[in-house]
Amino acid sequence: MLIYEISSEGRSATAQYESCELENSELPTTQLRETTIGLPAVSELQVVRHYTGLSKKNFSIDGEFYPLGSCTMKYNPRGALAGAHMPGFLARHPLAPENVSQGYLSCLYDLQEYLKDVTGMRAVSLTPMAGAQGEFAGVAMIRAYHDKAGDSERTEILIPNAAHGTNPATAVMCGYTVREVPVTKEGDVDVDALKAAVGPQTAGLMMTNPSTCGVFERKIQEIAEIVHEAGGLLYYDGANLNAILGKVKPGDMGFDVMHMNLHKTFATPHGGGGPGAGPVGVGKRLEPFVPTPIVGKRSTNGEDEYYWMSDKDIPDTIGNLSAFMGNAGILLRAFAYARLLGNQGMHRVGEYATLNANYMATKMASAGFKLAYPNRRATHEFIVSMSQEAKELNVNAMDFAKRLLDYGYHAPTTYFPLLVPEALLIEPTETESKEELDGFIEAMTQILREAKETPELVRSAPVTTPVKRLDDVKAARELNLAWRSAD
Amino acid sequence: MPFVPHTTQDEELMLDAIGVESIEDLFDEIPPALRAGVLANTPDGISEQALLRLMSDRSKQDEVDLCFIGAGAYQHHIPSAVWDLVTRGEFMTAYTPYQAEASQGTLQLIYEFQTMITRLTAMEVANASVYDGASALAEAILMAVRANRKSKSRNVLVPGNLHPSYLSTCRNILHNQKINLQVIPYDQQSGCIKQEDLRDLEGEDFAALVIQYPNFFGGLEMADELTNWAHAQGQLVIGVVNPTALALLAPPGIWGDTGADIVVGEGQPLGIPVASGGPYLGFMCCKQAIVRQMPGRIIGKTVDLDGKVGFALTLQAREQHIRRAKATSNICTNQGLLVTAATIYMSLVGDLGLRSIATQSHNGTVNLIGKALDIKGVKRRFASPVFHEIVLELPCLASQVLKQMCADGILGGYDLGAMDATLENCILVNVTETKTPQDIDNFITSLRAAVEVTAC
Repeated sequence: MLIYEISSEGRSATAQYESCELENSELPTTQLRETTIGLPAVSELQVVRHYTGLSKKNFSIDGEFYPLGSCTMKYNPRGALAGAHMPGFLARHPLAPENVSQGYLSCLYDLQEYLKDVTGMRAVSLTPMAGAQGEFAGVAMIRAYHDKAGDSERTEILIPNAAHGTNPATAVMCGYTVREVPVTKEGDVDVDALKAAVGPQTAGLMMTNPSTCGVFERKIQEIAEIVHEAGGLLYYDGANLNAILGKVKPGDMGFDVMHMNLHKTFATPHGGGGPGAGPVGVGKRLEPFVPTPIVGKRSTNGEDEYYWMSDKDIPDTIGNLSAFMGNAGILLRAFAYARLLGNQGMHRVGEYATLNANYMATKMASAGFKLAYPNRRATHEFIVSMSQEAKELNVNAMDFAKRLLDYGYHAPTTYFPLLVPEALLIEPTETESKEELDGFIEAMTQILREAKETPELVRSAPVTTPVKRLDDVKAARELNLAWRSAD
Repeated sequence: MPFVPHTTQDEELMLDAIGVESIEDLFDEIPPALRAGVLANTPDGISEQALLRLMSDRSKQDEVDLCFIGAGAYQHHIPSAVWDLVTRGEFMTAYTPYQAEASQGTLQLIYEFQTMITRLTAMEVANASVYDGASALAEAILMAVRANRKSKSRNVLVPGNLHPSYLSTCRNILHNQKINLQVIPYDQQSGCIKQEDLRDLEGEDFAALVIQYPNFFGGLEMADELTNWAHAQGQLVIGVVNPTALALLAPPGIWGDTGADIVVGEGQPLGIPVASGGPYLGFMCCKQAIVRQMPGRIIGKTVDLDGKVGFALTLQAREQHIRRAKATSNICTNQGLLVTAATIYMSLVGDLGLRSIATQSHNGTVNLIGKALDIKGVKRRFASPVFHEIVLELPCLASQVLKQMCADGILGGYDLGAMDATLENCILVNVTETKTPQDIDNFITSLRAAVEVTAC
């Protein structure tokens, strides 16, 4: 039931406002709103009960194992939330002067330093509000670099065909055309194809490492050399940073610019689709172009003082990308997470994320599932291809995914990357216990049995969720995007 | 090992199963030369207790008694129930609702949000939100260029009294796509865009006109006239609105004869703390006819196999994960958690509450203006009527007055000299329902003293 369907005219949560009328108003009568708004009319308890009820219709990390590949659904520490929600932080206005912002600025400065350390980059800007905006900032910097050098012939961004859809979409937003580079059967970038593709038109290459195939790109140094040789720059999509946190630094691999997804690697909550945060790190070449603002530190009379660096300090900056300073609250949570883990904890992130993924991959292979890259080490995630089940049993990856919901597990990512048929991309993360992983493998094994014995059961799953499979075609054809009382 | 649950025995069993000696062996495909050494600039881990002490100490450095800065982020009362519910793990730790059957809570909530936002703005459809108000405007401008079939132009008219950070954000996001933003100067007397000043632009091809309402200076534009003018020129109209103001003022869906075409705004006033500028949410609405040009997630109502009502992501063919290089935007995010806050907020305050909150904010502003103008040398900079924010011109440098007031624990407003040197004596002051008459008197006392001390 919608909140509107329990609404009754004349009812309201009266503790939440003080009734009043306009006094000495200067609002012109011609501009006043004459109609009602049409928000629900409900009591406070009705609101609390309604949204508590809705929350119970969600799977979440707090409730279920959520091995959604490429999304790093790890535990979101409650302590980080408590730190970010300190009253002084919540009430701080984004335009408050620096002398009453030292607490906040010091947290941001420290976070910039930690992120530089784990990525091997020279400078970090925290301002992008999500991974996709970080990508935008990164490619915009690549463009600013070539423009500044007067190199206007570079019009093309190279992207491996296994890449996230955001990569090509971002390149286009920065005014580039996209050329895809194939990936070999073993999941590596096809180096010969890359060599043939680079040239004076190459602005840069965007890639993820480990790649979306769930394997580490072994020839990364050679790839970096090829691109740099051709005059292009290397962009690192930090989507899979969790796999190598504390193990390998993107700066050491030869990348010139990267973004990090703090909502993945630094455990800030995903919030049902957002907010995230997508800080960018840059090497020497792109340092002059970082988006503003960033936080600087200077010493005045022996005391540290933190301050905003703007376009006055960074004249070639690509500028600001939000009304204020990105998703501040997410940055505070990431700062808290970094402090809780410390350097030792950071090393362990990559280690145990990798241990969990390899354990699951091994166990699933012995349970009869087909790994997409059986000869490779898994990184923090791995791909199972259900093409055999789809062909022989007419039960596909989506059917398995839906049936998992009935077993109390969130589904892995389905049908991505696109180049593996019937893909299930599975990412357990380091915060899951062996028992949880075993439970998931047992469920998959059971579903495989069902697929052979009672396939219709799997094809009609889920049956225990609040709704069964939804009619997506109807949703798109008969668009109903807002409730009307006649509905 | 914070948050890693493995016992030594677990680890051994798992390594055995994989058939390797140690975790290190799992990284054997990484070239040795690339292996990172120590993290020299990351400190040792600390306990939650120590962390909270540290963050509490730091946050206290930033506390002030009273804040009268608005300029795009407004301090409103947030009902206690809002964040109690928002921080339920089921909302907070879920992800984008790709698996609709396991995400009906978030999906239905967003559908309710879309409904509430369309009603508040009097528009036909809304998306599930984008990052913030500024980036929403950048997306709206791109959308208008795609959607305006009458215009071949990549030029868009923006008002000179648009929020300066919105303008720079749009420029920074759009310039690589060869979108040109032409700024219309505002009238120095009223602070608003004057229709007479648009005559020179008639006959030129622009894809859209942006109207901010209230404008950056708090003033009310002649939205009806501007809308009709733009439509007569074959332009689309993009409204940038404050959601609280719409409880009292004409919503963009009814501006002029046919209403605005695209409407965006900052959703922060709807139950989200000012919190250093984010995370907030940018809301985005449009006419149904151009919905396929809208970026971002959109939730639709449908039915399941049994005919039971349910909700799902829809029109996904516009999005990056399907369309890749041909997508309407690279955006993946909707600000789901902030949408949750705004939806619960709007449900709690309802029509009556939002109207009262807007009224109280306006009344407080009128009260403050009256008292401020009694201070010698303090003037109203622009003549246009305002909603809950006012530009005061001081007899001396705004930066110095604000510094004096800050020593009293009062953030007296935004220094407009920071955006425009000709306004270096001006402050932008906001009053909401959170300011009592006593707070306003304290502001006035502090301002009077600061002006006297500073006046040259």
